[in-house]
Amino acid sequence: MDSALELARWQFGITTVYHFLFVPMTISMAFLVAIMQTMWWRSGDERWLRLTRFFGKLFLINFAMGVVTGIVQEFQFGMNWSSYSRFVGDIFGAPLAIEGLLAFFLESTFLGLWIFGWDRLKPGLHLMTIWLAAIGTALSAYFILAANSFMQNPVGFTMNAERGRAELDDFVAVLTNKVALVTVPHTLFAAFMVGGAFVAAVAVWHLVRRPERDAEAFRTAARLGAVTLLVAGVGVIVSGDIQGKIMTEVQPMKMAAAEALYEDADECAPFSVFTVGTLDGSKPLFSVEVPCLLSQLATGSFDQPVRGVNSLQAEYAETYADTGIEDFTPNIPVTYWSFRLMMGLGFVAMAGGAWILWALRRGRVPAQGSRATRYLLWAAIMLPLLPLFANSFGWIFTEMGRQPWVVFSLMPTEAGVSPSVSSAQVWTSMVGFTLLYGALAVVEVKLLLMFIGKGLPDADPPTTHDDDSDAPLAFAY
Amino acid sequence: MELTTVWFILIAVLFVGYFVLEGFDFGVGMLVGLMAKDERERRVLINTIGPVWDGNEVWLLVGGGAMFAAFPEWYATLFSGFYLPLFLILIALIVRGVAFEYRGKRADRAWRDRWDWAIIVGSFLPALLWGVAFANIVRGVPLDASHEYVGGFFNLLNPYALLGGLVTLTVFLVHGAVFVALKTVGDIRERAHAFAQRVGAVAAVLAVVFIGWTAASAGEVAVWVIGALAAVTLILGLAASRIGRDGWAFLGTAVAIALVVVMLFSALFPQVLPSTLDAAYGLTVDNASSTPYTLKIMTWVAVVFTPIVLLYQGWSYWVFRKRIGVQHIPQ
Ligand code: HDD
Ligand code: HEM
Ligand code: HEM
Repeated sequence: MDSALELARWQFGITTVYHFLFVPMTISMAFLVAIMQTMWWRSGDERWLRLTRFFGKLFLINFAMGVVTGIVQEFQFGMNWSSYSRFVGDIFGAPLAIEGLLAFFLESTFLGLWIFGWDRLKPGLHLMTIWLAAIGTALSAYFILAANSFMQNPVGFTMNAERGRAELDDFVAVLTNKVALVTVPHTLFAAFMVGGAFVAAVAVWHLVRRPERDAEAFRTAARLGAVTLLVAGVGVIVSGDIQGKIMTEVQPMKMAAAEALYEDADECAPFSVFTVGTLDGSKPLFSVEVPCLLSQLATGSFDQPVRGVNSLQAEYAETYADTGIEDFTPNIPVTYWSFRLMMGLGFVAMAGGAWILWALRRGRVPAQGSRATRYLLWAAIMLPLLPLFANSFGWIFTEMGRQPWVVFSLMPTEAGVSPSVSSAQVWTSMVGFTLLYGALAVVEVKLLLMFIGKGLPDADPPTTHDDDSDAPLAFAY
Repeated sequence: MELTTVWFILIAVLFVGYFVLEGFDFGVGMLVGLMAKDERERRVLINTIGPVWDGNEVWLLVGGGAMFAAFPEWYATLFSGFYLPLFLILIALIVRGVAFEYRGKRADRAWRDRWDWAIIVGSFLPALLWGVAFANIVRGVPLDASHEYVGGFFNLLNPYALLGGLVTLTVFLVHGAVFVALKTVGDIRERAHAFAQRVGAVAAVLAVVFIGWTAASAGEVAVWVIGALAAVTLILGLAASRIGRDGWAFLGTAVAIALVVVMLFSALFPQVLPSTLDAAYGLTVDNASSTPYTLKIMTWVAVVFTPIVLLYQGWSYWVFRKRIGVQHIPQ
C-alpha cells in the first residue's frame, strides 16, 4: 500500500466513516432535545427540563466532534482529490457552498445561542434556537447528500471536452436527483434510529442500575427513545426498499454486487440472508436463501429478472472501453456483507426497541436482580451501537458499490486523485488524522459515560438577568 | 461587472469576515496562555468567545466552499499544493474546537491544563499559518503548465510569507486583547489594555513593513492607498485602546484587518494564484472559474442568504453584549 491513490482512498474512507459516527447522533439528538424542551415549555413539567439538560449535554459532547471532523471533509476534496475537484467543481461545489451558507451558519450560531442563552433569552425564544439548530442539521444533510447523489447518478450536466470537465446545466435537476430524493429520507431515518436507540439505552441503564433515582423521568425517556427507534426503523425500511429499485435502475452493478449475483437471474431471483463461500465470493458453498426476494427488492416484483455481475461486466467493458478501466466489478465480499450488516443490525436494533417497550409496558419497571433484567441491561448497552454501525455499513456499501467510479460512468476513482501530492504527504496526513481521531474517540466515550453516570441535573428553572447583574452565568464553559 | 469579478469580490468578503471574526478568537485563545493568571481568568477569557467561535469558523467553511463552487481550479491547486500547512491548520482547528467544549467538563487540574494547551497551540498555529498561506498566494508559487503545484514544503517558507505569518499572528493577538478589553470588567480588562499596547507596537511595525513590501511588489496605486489606510486604522485603533475607548479600538483593529485582506486581494486581482515559473501558467479569475450558469445561481443564493446570516449573527453578538468578569464564573 504505497501509492498515493490507495492511501488517499483509505484516508477518505477512514475520515468520512469517522465523521459519520457523529453525524447521525447530531441530527437526531438535536431534534429529540428540541422535542424534550418543547414538552417542558408547554407543560412546565420539570422532568422535561431536566431531561433536556441531561441529553442536551450528551448531545453537545457529540456535536463538538461532528463539527471538527466535518472541517476536514470540507478541505479533503482539494487536498487529496484535486483532479476530481477540477472535474466536478462546477456542479459539486455549489451544494457544498450552499450547505455552508444555509446550514452551517444556522447550526453553529443558534447552537451558541442555545448553549449560552439560558439566562439571556426568554423561554420561547430560547426554545426557537434549538429548533433552528436542528433544522440546520437536516438542511446540511440534504445539500451534502444532493452532492453525493450526483456522484451516484450524474444529472443536470453537459460535458465540456475542451476543458475536460462536467458543467452544470440544470441545477434543479441536481437538487431533485431521484437518488437524492430517496437517500435523504433513508439517511435521516437511519440517523433517528441512532438517536432513539441512544436515548432509550441511557434511560434503561438508569432504570436498571439506579432505580431509586428519577425512575419516572427515565421511563418516559426510554419510551420516547424506543418509539423513535421503531418508527424511524419503519421509515428506513420503506425508503430503503424504494432506494433498491432506483439503485438497480441507475447502478445495476451495485445491486448485483450487493447479492454477489454473478449470473443473470431470469426470474424470481432469491435473496441470500447468509452465505459461506469461497474467499472471492464467487462460489457459494452454503447459503440460506429466501426465494424471489431479490427480485422484489430490485424491481418491486417477485418474478422479474435481475442482472448479474458477469453480463454487466461484459457490457461495461464495451461501453466504457475508452476509460482504460478493465474491471468494473466492485469488491464483492465487502458489498455483499456490508449490505447485509446494514439491514441486519438495523433489524436487531428494532427488535431491541420493541423489547424495551414490552418490558416497560403499562407502568412496569424492570424487576431488580432478575435474569430478564440483566439481559435487558446488556441489550440496552449494545443497542445504540447497532444502528450506528448499520449507518457505517450503509455508507461503506454505497461508496464501495460505486467503485471503480468516483463519479459513476464519468470519472474513474483513480483519475480523481491529486497528481501533485506524494504518498509521503498522504501518509503523514492519514497517520496524523487517524491517531488524533483515535485519541479523541477515547476521550469522547469516557466523557459520555461520565455524564451518563451522573444522571439528571437539578432543575432550577433559568431566570433571565439584565446586563448589570453580577449573577454567575448559567451555562459557562 | 463580470460574474467572475463579483465572485472574486465575494470570496474576498468571506475571508474578510473570517479573519476579522476568527482573528479575535484566535487572539483570545492565545491569551489564555499569555494573560490569564488563574483558572477563573482563563474561564473568563474562554467565555468571551464561547457563544460565537463556532459561528466565526463557518466563515472559513463557506469561504472554502465558495472557492470550490466559483473557482474549482483555485480550490484544487491551492489545497493540494499547500498540503502540509493545511494539514497542520486542520489538526489545530480540530483540537481547539474540541478543547472549548471539553475543558470545562471535568474539574481536575491536569485535564484542564491539557485542554488549555490545545486551545493555545490550536489558536497559535492557524494564526501564523494563514498569514504564511495568504502571503504565498499573493507572491505566487511554482505552478506548471497544468496548474499543478510543483514546489515543496520549504518553498512556502520564504521571507515574505514568514513576515506575513508574523503579521497575522501579532495583529490577531492585538485584536484579541482589544476584544477582551471590550468584553470584560475589572483587573483583567486593565491588563488587556496594557497587553494591547505592548504587542500593538510590534504588530504595527511588522504590518507596516509587510504592507510596504506588498505594495512595492504590486506597484499599483490602489494597493498603496488601501495598505496605507490599513496601517493608519491599526494605529488609530491602538490609540483608542490607550485612552480606554474599547468600542472604537475594536472597530479600529477590525477595519485594519479587513483592509489588509482587501489589499492582498487587490494585489492579486485578476490572478487568483500566480505562477513563479511562467506567468502564463498562473491561475486567473478566467481560467480558474466555473461556468456563468453556476456563478449566476450562486450569486442569487448569496444575495438572498448572506444578509440573513449577517442579521442573525449580528443578533447573537447583541444577545451576548454583556461584559463579564471573574464574578460571573460559576464555581
Ligand atoms: C447526512 C448528513 C451528512 C453527511 C453525509 C456529511 N455531513 Fe458533515 N455534518 C453534518 C451532516 C453530514 C451535520 C449533521 O450537519 C454536522 C454533524 C455535526 C455537526 O456539527 O454538523 C456536520 C458537520 C460538518 C462540518 C462542520 C460544520 C460546522 O462547523 O458547524 C463540515 C465542514 C462538514 N460537516 C462537511 C462535510 C463534508 C464535506 C461531507 C462529505 C464528505 C460531509 N460533511 C458529510
Ligand atoms: C456527500 C457526501 C460524500 C461524498 C461527496 C463522498 C465522496 C467520496 C469520494 C470522493 C471517495 C473517494 C473515492 C474512493 O476512494 O472510492 C469516497 C470514498 C468513500 N466514501 Fe464517500 N462520500 C460522501 C459521503 C460518505 C459518507 C457519509 C461515508 C460514510 C460514513 C462515505 C464512505 C466512503 C468510504 C468508506 C469510501 C472508501 C471507498 C474506497 O476506498 O473504495 N462517504 N467517497
Ligand atoms: C430493510 C432495510 C434496508 C434496506 C432495504 C436498505 C436499502 C439501502 C440501499 C439500497 C442503499 C444504497 C443506496 C445507493 O447506493 O443507491 C442503502 C444505503 C444506506 N443505508 Fe440502508 N437499507 C436498509 C436498512 C438500513 C438501516 C437499518 C440503516 C441504519 C440504521 C441504513 C443506513 C443506510 C445508510 C446510512 C446508507 C448510505 C446512504 C444512502 O445511500 O442512503 N439502512 N440502504
